[in-house]
Amino acid sequence: MKALILLSSLGVIALLAEIFSFKKLLYPIVLLGLITTFVLNMFDWDTNKLYFKMMQFDNYAVAFTAVILVVAFLWFIMAEGFFKEESNLTDHFALVLFALVGAEIMVSYTNMAMLFLGIEILSIPMYILAGSNKTDVSSNEAAFKYLIMGAFATGFLLFGIALVYGATGSFDLSEIAAAVSGGTALSSIFYVGVLLMLVGMAFKVSAAPFHFWAPDVYQGAPTVVTAFMATIVKTAAFAAFLRLFSTTFSGVSETWMQTVWVMAALTLLVGNITAVMQTSTKRMLAYSSVAHAGYMLLALLAANNYSNSAILYYASAYSIGSIATFAIVNIISDAKNSDGVNAFNGLSKTNPMLAIVMTIALLSLAGIPPTAGFFAKYFIFTSAFMAGNVGLVLIAIIASLIGVYYYFRLIIAMYFKESDGQTIAVQSNHKIVLVIIAIAIVALGLFPDYIIRLL
Amino acid sequence: MITLLLIFFPLLAGLLLLFVKGPQVKNIALGAAILEFVIAIFALSQFHRDATTQFDWNSAWIQSMGISFHVGIDGISMLLVLLTTFLVPVIILTSFKTDYKNPSAFYALILFMQMALVGVFVSLDGFLFYVFWELALIPIYFICLLWGGEDRTRITFKFFVYTLAGSLFMLGGLIYLYLHTSGTHSFNITALYAAGQSLDLVHQGYVFWAMFIAFAIKMPVFPFHTWQPDTYTTAPTQGTMLLSGIMLKMGTFGVIRWLLPLAPLGVEHYANVVIGLSVFGIVYASCIAIVQKDFKRLIAYSSIAHVGLIAAGILSMNAQGLQGAMIQMLSHGVNVVGLFFIVDLIQKRTNTREIQSLGGIRNVNPQFAVLFLIVLLGSVALPLTNGFIGEFLLLNGLFQHNAWMAAFAGLSVILGAVYMLRSYQSTMLGETNAATASFAPLETTEKAVLIIICSAIIVFGVFPKPLTDICSPAVDQLVNNVKMALGK
Repeated sequence: MKALILLSSLGVIALLAEIFSFKKLLYPIVLLGLITTFVLNMFDWDTNKLYFKMMQFDNYAVAFTAVILVVAFLWFIMAEGFFKEESNLTDHFALVLFALVGAEIMVSYTNMAMLFLGIEILSIPMYILAGSNKTDVSSNEAAFKYLIMGAFATGFLLFGIALVYGATGSFDLSEIAAAVSGGTALSSIFYVGVLLMLVGMAFKVSAAPFHFWAPDVYQGAPTVVTAFMATIVKTAAFAAFLRLFSTTFSGVSETWMQTVWVMAALTLLVGNITAVMQTSTKRMLAYSSVAHAGYMLLALLAANNYSNSAILYYASAYSIGSIATFAIVNIISDAKNSDGVNAFNGLSKTNPMLAIVMTIALLSLAGIPPTAGFFAKYFIFTSAFMAGNVGLVLIAIIASLIGVYYYFRLIIAMYFKESDGQTIAVQSNHKIVLVIIAIAIVALGLFPDYIIRLL
Repeated sequence: MITLLLIFFPLLAGLLLLFVKGPQVKNIALGAAILEFVIAIFALSQFHRDATTQFDWNSAWIQSMGISFHVGIDGISMLLVLLTTFLVPVIILTSFKTDYKNPSAFYALILFMQMALVGVFVSLDGFLFYVFWELALIPIYFICLLWGGEDRTRITFKFFVYTLAGSLFMLGGLIYLYLHTSGTHSFNITALYAAGQSLDLVHQGYVFWAMFIAFAIKMPVFPFHTWQPDTYTTAPTQGTMLLSGIMLKMGTFGVIRWLLPLAPLGVEHYANVVIGLSVFGIVYASCIAIVQKDFKRLIAYSSIAHVGLIAAGILSMNAQGLQGAMIQMLSHGVNVVGLFFIVDLIQKRTNTREIQSLGGIRNVNPQFAVLFLIVLLGSVALPLTNGFIGEFLLLNGLFQHNAWMAAFAGLSVILGAVYMLRSYQSTMLGETNAATASFAPLETTEKAVLIIICSAIIVFGVFPKPLTDICSPAVDQLVNNVKMALGK
């Protein structure tokens, strides 16, 4: 809770910076604030504190918050350029910080009202941030699309919440769970409510067939914002999704299992196959992000004791790999004014450091050992296997093979194609962070136990 | 402890090598590889020639999933570790007269590859095995991609996806077995053995195919071989040597160490299908080899024929077959490295690999012709060369299993002689032409490589016993275990 309060105050401080004109200091303040938030968050470990039956900081919430904060910290360093623009500096800070507040609420809610608030607190800043490149048409388009589609999805979610409330008489997750397993027959509107909520959540995690917004929004939004959406927003949305469906609605799993099965298969195939055809790296990563949602759905579907840790590990591995790829795409597209695969040609000769980090990150996203991404897939497959979803695991295996194709296209471009000989200047703090990320990807892969054992 | 040293020394050496610039890179890489070989020889000197697993090291790795870092060496592993550590310095030595761009990365990748290969051969944990197995793919992919020949992007990518697809099936099989281990699930090799053997025929059949496809692609056995000729031809010489000399043995080793004991019923049930495929592959690859014009491609196809015989021998599941497979794995490794080196020498001196456009090299350089002849005789399994014992035992084992299959597989000896001797005839004998007239004499390092290989061919052809002694107790025990599991 202290972490949440600090994070919210940081957002307010960011707004005040405009008035009291300490804008220059804001960047270090925010970084320091994030570190403090992380520490405060860790104090909640094993305490299981419940606040007003609205939020519970159990280990699940603390672990996901920790992942989100670490990724956010890395993101802030990589996105430094985003906070240089004089006129909107404080807005950017405040919006991102409030989005983080929303994310933390989404991983720790125990009440559907809080779920809704968390999603909205996260989403509204994202709508604005997606359009933060005000002079760019596609950025405006992204913001507009995201807002319209997001509003629809929120409508579905809200309607679902209302129906579930109507059937059970409660917003509280444990009370709903009790009503589900109570033995008395539930009104049929409850099942409709569950499915409507499923639609809302599937939109937020960009699972097919509710993924259509993702490629356009990811491509149109400024790259740093896309990185934020693909990592932090996705992690938070999955944590919220899992929290709801693996506990509260697990009693009625037969209602939604089949739907999620089809969604997972579709997401895996649509995401991976469409990614193959992209020439823009940003769009390709957008589809790959859709595909990764498919893998995580596998663990959600398995709903066994491994699911939580599998998704936690997957989310960390995926987020850390994506932050690196998006950061490098950002650096490259800034330098070359193009985010096409061709922009990466010959990177290994002009910027070997970037090429190596990118390779490690892509290998991780493709799931090649000994990187974190491999173990992430492994844990997901094992939990799906345990639940007997052999068919889905086979689809996922084929999907990961397709994934190798487009990730390796970038690797091949970097090492095999001729470059234009222009060395790209990279800030030294970016270099340091990228190397740290690369080491973290391998370290997570070599010692996955430290995360897997958490939950 | 010594096992850990064997695994991690090349890794450390490779990492250090990345920071070395200048002409010293080759020498340091060679020094590291020789040191690794010395460690392996030291391990051999401490090795008791019985069926036990020695130099055992077991520490927890991913406890929550029952995965441990468990490595150890038994007779079967020992031979393959020796092969790996012997061939890597030879392979590095073969590159001494070639100037690759960015040499520190090239040699570092070779050493990383060595680490993964040794890891594969000493793993006693299913998951660890899989990780090393996949790990071996990354350095070789980059070696082929960065230093390979024409059209390498497409070919190396096909190779990568092909082998990765196979591996994922294997991973599926391993997870399946893992979930069937009793008590707390574990990837320990004995737990996996027990789990596999407790399954009924149908499920062992699934496990068999899931794992066999991975191994079959790596070897490769017909019809999983389509990646191989292109990849062998396109890869840089050292890459081809690593692929054919050592990496191919990962597949055959996988069958011996993992497939036979994991799914004995499945193996027994499908053995004839697989032996049939292998034997068909032998004849098929030999026939294609006969009509090849490109010398490197010819050897690539001959490699499919040889490995087909090894696979058939292993699947016949008797002591002779397995023993023969072990010996032949070593011989083939040494011989094929020699052959690819000879192709490389010819290509560098004449700028062509077309068999027809060569000829009369013996007139210019008789010394080279003699060394080539020895390697060639080893490869066609003439008695008193190392190829003979392995091939004889393999055919003997196969004969005990099925005489007809042995008869067809025996064709490989004849066909092998046809394409090898014919290519020798048209490259070495006959009239000297413009391309071969100025065939330069061998440099010292080149001579050294060929002499090392030729001595290995002759010495182990005449005295194979030191080698068979290392692995035969372990092989016998394995055959007995499998027979017991089959209730014989």
